[in-house]
Amino acid sequence: MFSDLAALASNPRQSLSQILNFALVLSTAFMMWKTLSVIADSPSPIVVVLSGSMEPAFQRGDLLFLWNRDKAAQVGEIVVYNVKGKDIPIVHRVVRRVEVVDKKTGSRDMRLLTKGDNNVADDTELYARGQEYLDRKEDIIGSVRGYVPCVGYVTILLSEYPWLKKVMLGLMGVMVVLQRE
Amino acid sequence: MHSFGYRANALLTFALTILALICAMVSLSDNLNSPSPSAEIQILNINWFQRHPDGNDEVSLTLNITADLQSLFTWNTKQVFVFVAAEYETPKNSLNQVSVWDGIIPAKEHAKFWIQTSNKYRLIDQGGNLRGKEFNLTLHWHVMPKTGKMFADKIVMSGYRLPEEYR
Repeated sequence: MFSDLAALASNPRQSLSQILNFALVLSTAFMMWKTLSVIADSPSPIVVVLSGSMEPAFQRGDLLFLWNRDKAAQVGEIVVYNVKGKDIPIVHRVVRRVEVVDKKTGSRDMRLLTKGDNNVADDTELYARGQEYLDRKEDIIGSVRGYVPCVGYVTILLSEYPWLKKVMLGLMGVMVVLQRE
Repeated sequence: MHSFGYRANALLTFALTILALICAMVSLSDNLNSPSPSAEIQILNINWFQRHPDGNDEVSLTLNITADLQSLFTWNTKQVFVFVAAEYETPKNSLNQVSVWDGIIPAKEHAKFWIQTSNKYRLIDQGGNLRGKEFNLTLHWHVMPKTGKMFADKIVMSGYRLPEEYR
């Protein structure tokens, strides 16, 4: 361990290139995320289920792939929406849909009401105060198209135990820096 | 080069790649299944039909739903979410879709069913447009895989009409 550190100090060119490598890995991951975001037209194309309100379809920690290119949301579709003023995305099913056409401009407004499969009541209580429905364009960040179980549980652990984040980042950094060619 | 860490890393990467590949193949295999589901819905009774003080019409129905969704199930099917939506047009809204009943089918054995039920969710119009209204009842289903892509489809049944008078 200490001899490694000594080697590191004696060979700054190699250690610099290793740090660069690490930065490259991070930026590649970030670029892939952003590319997916552009393809799916959604600010967050992959989400992790945080609550049990959609059981038995989705459990906590399941990974969902979103698609946001369809401008219509069907009844029964599982959508992810952000409530105004809250940061947490919610994954629920559309149970009611009304399409309002503005007679003057001809523009179509899609109004949706959602409900979790495992909840008794619909989501009116969850919405922002005075809001009775979701707007397809404003509130929805995508509808669920693909599903992988359990994989996202790591992120739940990371957000529930913040020190785990530091430990993981630290370990990754140390491993990259100390790794020999 | 051949340290323990290096080998463990290579093994883990290989195992995860194979797992991801198998998951993708399993999901793709769902496309080989061409289902032929059938469904029939009868309205047995209009339980009541009234206008609320705020001017919105609400109706309560008794439905008889018969469906055979067994062919939707494959080895990658976790559950099928099935629901009935009432669909109609009003002067203000170009389309209204209201889910009136839903259910979760956990296994193929339960996919051929018959149920007589009143509407589980309230069938309320945004306005007073339901008298004499023609509407469709559509049986939708969403196939939830164990992993991979989700599938959805529907059977539209048309020709239903609500009575001209409140009751």
